[in-house]
Amino acid sequence: MHIPDGFLSPAVWATLDLVSVPAVGLLARKAQRDLEDRKIPLLGVMGAFVFAAQMINFPVGPGTTGHLVGGTLLAVTLGPAAAAVVMTAILAIQAFVFQDGGIVVLGANVFNMAIASVLAGYLPYRLWAGSGWRSAAIFAGGVLSVLTSACLALAQLLISGVPMPRRLMLVSLGLFLVSGLIEGAVTLAAVRAIERLNPVWIRSPKDSGSRVLGAVAIAAVTLVAGGVLIASAAPDGIWSLVGKLGLTAQTAPWLHAPLADYQVNGLESAWLRKATAGLFGLVLVYVACFLTGKFIARQRSI
Amino acid sequence: MHHVVVERWSRRSSPLHARDARAKLGALLAFLVAISTTPPQAARAFVAYSALLAVAIVSARLPFQGLLGRAALVLPLSATFAAVTWWSGDPARAIALAVKSFISGLAALLLVATTPLTQLLNALESLGVPRPLILVVQFLYRYLFVISEQAQHMRLAARCRQGLGLDRRSRFYAAAGALGVLFARSWERADGIYRAMLARGFSGRFSPLAPARFGARDFAFLCAAVAASTAIRLAL
Amino acid sequence: MSPVIQVRGLRYRYPDGTQALDGVDFHLDAGECVALFGANGSGKTTFVLHLNGLLDGEGSVEVCGMPVTKDTFVKVRAKVGIVFQDSDEQLFMPTVLEDVAFGPVNLGLSPQKAAERACAALEKVGAAGAIHKAPYHLSSGEKRRVALAGVLVMNPDVLVLDEPTTSLDPPGQRDLVKLLRGLPQAKLLVTHDVEFARALATRAVFFERGRVAGEGTVNEIVQRFSWSRALDE
Repeated sequence: MHIPDGFLSPAVWATLDLVSVPAVGLLARKAQRDLEDRKIPLLGVMGAFVFAAQMINFPVGPGTTGHLVGGTLLAVTLGPAAAAVVMTAILAIQAFVFQDGGIVVLGANVFNMAIASVLAGYLPYRLWAGSGWRSAAIFAGGVLSVLTSACLALAQLLISGVPMPRRLMLVSLGLFLVSGLIEGAVTLAAVRAIERLNPVWIRSPKDSGSRVLGAVAIAAVTLVAGGVLIASAAPDGIWSLVGKLGLTAQTAPWLHAPLADYQVNGLESAWLRKATAGLFGLVLVYVACFLTGKFIARQRSI
Repeated sequence: MHHVVVERWSRRSSPLHARDARAKLGALLAFLVAISTTPPQAARAFVAYSALLAVAIVSARLPFQGLLGRAALVLPLSATFAAVTWWSGDPARAIALAVKSFISGLAALLLVATTPLTQLLNALESLGVPRPLILVVQFLYRYLFVISEQAQHMRLAARCRQGLGLDRRSRFYAAAGALGVLFARSWERADGIYRAMLARGFSGRFSPLAPARFGARDFAFLCAAVAASTAIRLAL
Repeated sequence: MSPVIQVRGLRYRYPDGTQALDGVDFHLDAGECVALFGANGSGKTTFVLHLNGLLDGEGSVEVCGMPVTKDTFVKVRAKVGIVFQDSDEQLFMPTVLEDVAFGPVNLGLSPQKAAERACAALEKVGAAGAIHKAPYHLSSGEKRRVALAGVLVMNPDVLVLDEPTTSLDPPGQRDLVKLLRGLPQAKLLVTHDVEFARALATRAVFFERGRVAGEGTVNEIVQRFSWSRALDE
């Protein structure tokens, strides 16, 4: 989903602009190092390919068709850094030329659809390309890339104070899941068709990581996307969770103190509360993943 | 196609067309930031923003109706969100959401309708956007229509075969095959482009032809736009 | 007079093992116009890519007395101008002016000088009206002219044209013949279009399985290799 200007609160888009600008700079430099000069036209043309590929309809259900979104396909053909650069270029063209997505929120859209989505979509492939799970990894990559970008966009809207009734949210999540599955299937079918023409076009990652760590990483990505969403939709839920875990005593003073200063402006403090809750949710998820990973690693070493 | 209209508009001439792309970009950013930070209740501010934008459109000598129609493309999405917001009991916020997204979209459209994309990209580059990214955007835009045309032909061919009574599964794989072929052609085209670049002495560096000049009028325009946006934001 | 292009014993094998060129001997004299015929896949395009070092096979290629090696690429690429078959691949810059000026800028000319020379080249091919257009908005004939201008602007000694008449309508082909006749450079036309070759070339070379299978006038070659569309033999 391309977020237009006017939807996100200044704090949200400014933060994401600040994150995306250096990230894209870094990725562009990495992409240039990975691929020689010759690849600049290649990246541009592949961006045009992704644009054009949206005209090719895939029949998915009675009377419904889907089309390629492309992040995962680009990542397995060009590598993740180059894919992120291409997706950024696509988003820039969509925002400036086709008025699809806003200008000041470009950083948010880039973060959701070019950075997080491409990296999430590449992760399973990076981990399992060398194993018997290769096809499943490509499929999972497609699913993850769409889910990640959609959940992040939804979370940013919620944090910005766009209200979303619970039922509507469930419907949207269901739709995201369906489009994720479509993207997974389309990406896998496309990769197979491309491989049949010339297997060189699909890059294999240099080395595959361990399967367990991979599972933890993917769980982390999923949980982070979901966690941000839940945290931003129901900050009160997180607070009650915090209370149940008995963390209130330690965390409350320094969490509450800044809130008190912002009571002058009702809107601002509500946003801050949500953002803090969201951040807290994120930290929880990370800690959980980190501990699980440690635990599994120790189990294996014994 | 619609974008061709905008591209044609961008090559006209008017006081706004004549301004340096960097000045217009700066003005747009100031305007968008002002709108974005305006609280939803400030109805008078939104009227003032619209008036400011109307002045800009008039000085660009572009068809009002065409611009408004094109900018209205954002409305279905923002109207949906606005409806949900209204339904949740916050009408002021709902209206502000729709108005903000429409005015912002219109302002962005005015920039591309008065600035050829090459100038815009040069401006972005001189403002620090990494060169590889600018070049990728440039190549993307150049081949967007060429490859879209190929995809269009493939879609036509697919439609011709539709009457053959293929089941959904085989149509799905046929579409995947078409996508694969489009990918292959695009990749080979990129190789051909690189070959043509080498044949003309490409040594690894693109150099822009004419560095744009940032004159006193551009500076004055930028200052006026920033001042007006800030004034509306703070005073109304 | 020494030839502008002299090729001896050129062999090239693609990475996939196909022997595309298998000992080609060829020469092109200054001001001469030669047609290169041969079936699809006989190695014509592969051969052309060797003339300015885009491919590097065994044997020797000399351009204006210089051997084509990594050290001479820049000079050789200014001497041999290739107009590729697909104009869309050749015209990759956002506007016509920038595209035609691309070569001179690479040669190290100042942007202003490069633009001046680009304008002159566009004038020469009769496409001065397209100068600020985007390549996408040009007709096939205009694209071909602009592509030619992008090569002429380098002041080459040799023009190589790969299938220059594809996607041109008959009047467009006629205009191209007129235009090429007026250019003093040596020309190599890689083409299936016998009519077009007859109108321009004084000599023809026939490629078969990566070798030169025959040489003569256009009519001799057409006769000897039955190189025509005619069904009544």
